[in-house]
Amino acid sequence: MVKKLKNFCEKSYLLIILAILYAPILLIIVYSFSNSSNFNFSEGFTFEAYVSIFTSEKSPALWDAVKNTLIIACISSVFATVMGTFAAIGIHSMGRRSRRIVENVNQFPIINSEIVMAVSLMIFFVTFAFPEGYLRLVIAHIAFCTPYVVLSVLPKLESMDPNVYEAALDLGANPFKALVKVLFPMITPGIVSGFVLSFTLSIDDFIITQINKGASTGINTLSTYIYSDARVQGLEPFWYAIFSIIFVVVLAILLTANLYKIRKQKQAQKEGKAI
Amino acid sequence: MTNAVAAVRPARKKFKITKRVFSYPYVLFMLLFVVLPLVMILVNAFLDSDNNLTLENFKIFFTEKSSLIVLGNSVFVGLVTTLICLLIGYPVAYFLSKMSSGKVLVLFFVLPMWVNFLIRTLATKAIFLAMDVTLGMGTVVFGMVYNYLPFMILPLHTTLSSIDRSYIEAAQDLGADSSTVFLKTILPLSVSGIISGITMVFIPTISTFAISQLLSNGKIFLFGDSIQMKFDQGLYGVGSIMSIVMLVFVLVSNFLMNRVGRNNNNMGRSLW
Repeated sequence: MVKKLKNFCEKSYLLIILAILYAPILLIIVYSFSNSSNFNFSEGFTFEAYVSIFTSEKSPALWDAVKNTLIIACISSVFATVMGTFAAIGIHSMGRRSRRIVENVNQFPIINSEIVMAVSLMIFFVTFAFPEGYLRLVIAHIAFCTPYVVLSVLPKLESMDPNVYEAALDLGANPFKALVKVLFPMITPGIVSGFVLSFTLSIDDFIITQINKGASTGINTLSTYIYSDARVQGLEPFWYAIFSIIFVVVLAILLTANLYKIRKQKQAQKEGKAI
Repeated sequence: MTNAVAAVRPARKKFKITKRVFSYPYVLFMLLFVVLPLVMILVNAFLDSDNNLTLENFKIFFTEKSSLIVLGNSVFVGLVTTLICLLIGYPVAYFLSKMSSGKVLVLFFVLPMWVNFLIRTLATKAIFLAMDVTLGMGTVVFGMVYNYLPFMILPLHTTLSSIDRSYIEAAQDLGADSSTVFLKTILPLSVSGIISGITMVFIPTISTFAISQLLSNGKIFLFGDSIQMKFDQGLYGVGSIMSIVMLVFVLVSNFLMNRVGRNNNNMGRSLW
C-alpha cells in the first residue's frame, strides 16, 4: 500500500515536470491557430497565422533568412565533414604526444563558451579585415562544427580492425584505393553522424552568427532574424505559426530517430542473448 | 609506406593506418581560427584604445561598479539556477533510474533542448507577458532553469542508472532503511553525476547571450550579454578581460569534470 502510494507520487512528480517543460511549446502551438499575439481566441479558430508566413510584408526577409541558414549550413557542414574525417584519420596515426596536443585543441571549441569563441573570431576577422558576410560566417561555422566530426569519426577508427586495411594493401591495392574502397566504407557511420551533427549545430547556432554577421551586410539567418524582429516588437502571429512548425518538425524527427535507435539496440541485445 | 614502418617495428601493437599529413589542413585551420583568435583576446586585454601596453583594462573591470554588478548578477543567477536545477532534476533522474522504461522516458525530458533556445525563450516571454508577470530576476531564473534543466537531468540519469543494484541490496540486507540507503549509498555514488550536472548548467547560464536580456526587458545583464555589449561599443580591452574571466570559469569547471571521471565527461559530447 505504502509502496503503491510512493510509486504514484513519483510518477505524478515526473508528469508535473514534463508538463511544465512542454507547456510553453503546447501553448504556442494552440494559439498559433488564433492569429493573435496575446493568447486569446477573439478571432476564433483560424489558419490566418500560417497563411501570413507567405503573405506578410516580412515574408521576403523571412524566406531570405531561411535560405541563408540552409546555404551556410550546407557549405560549412560539407567542409567540416571532409576536413574532420581526414583530420581524424591523420590524428589516429599520430604519435602519442602530438596526438594529445591536437585532441586538446580539438576539445577547445566544444568546452569553450560560445560567446568567447564568437568575440575572439570577431576580433580576428576585424583585425585581418576579412570581408563581411558569408565568408566570416562559413569560417566560424566550420570552426565550431569540425571538432564534432573528428569526435564522431575517431571512435570508428579506434574500433576498426587494422588488419583489413593491411590485407587490402597486401592484396595489391594502392594506399589511395585501399582508403576509398576499404577504410571509408568502414567509418561511414561516423562520417554520417558527424555530418548530421554539424548540419544541426549550424542551423541551430545563434550566438556566433549574431556576433560575426557584421552590421553592414544585412545577412540574417533564421535565428538572428527572429532575434532582430521579435526583440523589438514582440511576437507577431506569424511567428507562432513558424515556431509551431519548427517544434513539430524537430520533435518528430528526434523522437522517431531515437525510438528507432533504442529498438535496434534492444533487438541487438536479444540476438546477443540468443547466441 | 606506412606498411614498411609497421614491418620495421613489429613490436608496436597499433598499426598506423595512414599518413598523419591528412590532419595538417585541420591543424592549420584550428591554429588560425581557434588558437590565434584566443591569443588575440589575451593580447587585447593588455592594450588600450591606441594599442599601447597597459593594465588599465583590469583596473576598469575590477573597480567599475557596473562590471562588478554584472559579475555579481551572473554568479547569483548562475548559483540559484544551478541549485534549482539540481533540486528539481535529481528526483527526476532518480525516479527515472528506478523505472524499467526510464531510458525511453528520459528522452522526453531532453527533447525540448533541441529546439533553438531563442525560440523557447521568446515563447516563455510571450506567455509571461500574456499573464502580466513583471519581467525581472524571477523570470530570468525561470527561463534559465527551463532552458538548462535537461543538462542536469541527463548526466545525473546516466550516473544513477549505472549504479550497481547489488550495492543497494547489500545495504538493505545489512539493515539500512530506505532513507539511510539513499543518503549513505546512492547519494555518494552519484557525486560524479552531480558535479558534471552542476558545471553543465552553471557555465552556460552565466555565459549565455540574450536569455537574461530578453526575459528581464534589458534590466539584468549577465556575462554573455555584457561581453557582447562591450565589443559592440568598441571597448575591446574591457570585453577581452571579461572573456578571460569567462575562460577561467570554463577551464576550472572542465578541470573539475575531468577529475570526477571520464565517462561523465563524455556526456556533453554525446549530447550535442
